[in-house]
Amino acid sequence: MHVRYSLAPLAMSALFAAPAFAAGLAVNIEIPRLNASEYHRPYVATWIERADNTVAGTLAVWYDVRTKTNNPEGEGTKWLKDMRQWWRRGGRELAVPVDGVTGATKPAGKHQLSFTEGTGPMPKLAPGAYKLVVEAAREVGGREVVSIPFQWPPTAAAQPTATGKEELGEIKLELKP
Amino acid sequence: MNHFPLRATALAIALSAASLAQAHNAWLLPSSTVFSKADTVSVDAAISNDLFVANHAAMRLDGLQITAPDGSTVKPETEAKLKQRSVFDVAVAQPGTYRIAVINAGAFASWKDKATGQTKRARGTADTIAKEVPADAQDVTISQSSGRVETFVTVGKPSALKPIGQGLELIAAGSPTDLVKGEKATFTLNLDGQPAKDLEVTVTAGNTQYRDKLEEVKIKTDDKGQFSVTWPAAGMYWLDASTKDAKTTVPQAKERRLSYAATLEVMP
Repeated sequence: MHVRYSLAPLAMSALFAAPAFAAGLAVNIEIPRLNASEYHRPYVATWIERADNTVAGTLAVWYDVRTKTNNPEGEGTKWLKDMRQWWRRGGRELAVPVDGVTGATKPAGKHQLSFTEGTGPMPKLAPGAYKLVVEAAREVGGREVVSIPFQWPPTAAAQPTATGKEELGEIKLELKP
Repeated sequence: MNHFPLRATALAIALSAASLAQAHNAWLLPSSTVFSKADTVSVDAAISNDLFVANHAAMRLDGLQITAPDGSTVKPETEAKLKQRSVFDVAVAQPGTYRIAVINAGAFASWKDKATGQTKRARGTADTIAKEVPADAQDVTISQSSGRVETFVTVGKPSALKPIGQGLELIAAGSPTDLVKGEKATFTLNLDGQPAKDLEVTVTAGNTQYRDKLEEVKIKTDDKGQFSVTWPAAGMYWLDASTKDAKTTVPQAKERRLSYAATLEVMP
């Protein structure tokens, strides 16, 4: 927290000082190490869903974003639809690549993402019930969706977790009031 | 030694009697129904009892009509009629929903030959059928048929499909490529653009060769022509309906037979 504000320009911090501190959240996604004869890193989509299953915002999409065949959208756009739930609920409305949202696939291990409400990919959320959803789809592998319900705005710092069985490890949501 | 073929024949008769109600389904089978970018879909087209097993006859593709999301007509690529099935490729480039349909509009005649008394049959189009029947034929019956076999493929976000307004047709409340296991999908069945009321629709899951019972679901359309299906499992489904009326365009025909079949994919 201290680091962030010491880095921000003085004028900016003055401008944003009025609405107190914007709440935020962090997501920690574990990609399990799998013993597969042909292993490809999974495509992963992370998004926030409203109570009616509509997408409030896509936080991150990891896919093959390389442009080796001069494809500005990335090599992997053909398989984005394999993250089926994300694709149907809102992924297909997104014109990839999106700055700050799309990125390269990640190796096995834990990956931390931080978001502040109203900046970057995280929208301002109306108070209510939401779900953090993480969906992973792997080439010649499986697909898995893990979700964590949460209330917004958070009243206290909390770290709810959920664990996948196959394609995802522990998913940790850090709520920062 | 002769017993076996006899028994086999009896079994075959029993089997065909059991499946008479479903006699010879016409179906299209797209390689995928959802695409995230421009791609090519390969489609199988066949007539068979088992869904979707090409073990009877290839479908004639004379009536193939592919409509792009913008309403333009798309020509198929690398079309071939094999022994058991026809195949063709469709380049799907535009974002939105494509309609891939095989339309079958024809006329059938049957009559008794004056000289021999044998029943003869002929098929043709609305314009040619009258010429097929000899002038001295007796007990002539001419019927007209209007059939549509189709499937849908979406690139990116689905787009609304323009209704045909002719014959039997299915109109999905959402997108016909947005079907998910456990969710309810609502459809309207239209006949010449008007709700087809109180008509039976049959929904059958594919892979019929791997189960003992057909397990088809029969649903009646309501007075708005509507019906809904809650998909029990993911997979390819075949939906069909048929009816007949007297709205013929062939002057000699008394009856118009209408049929509709769609292949729909349900995601897990």
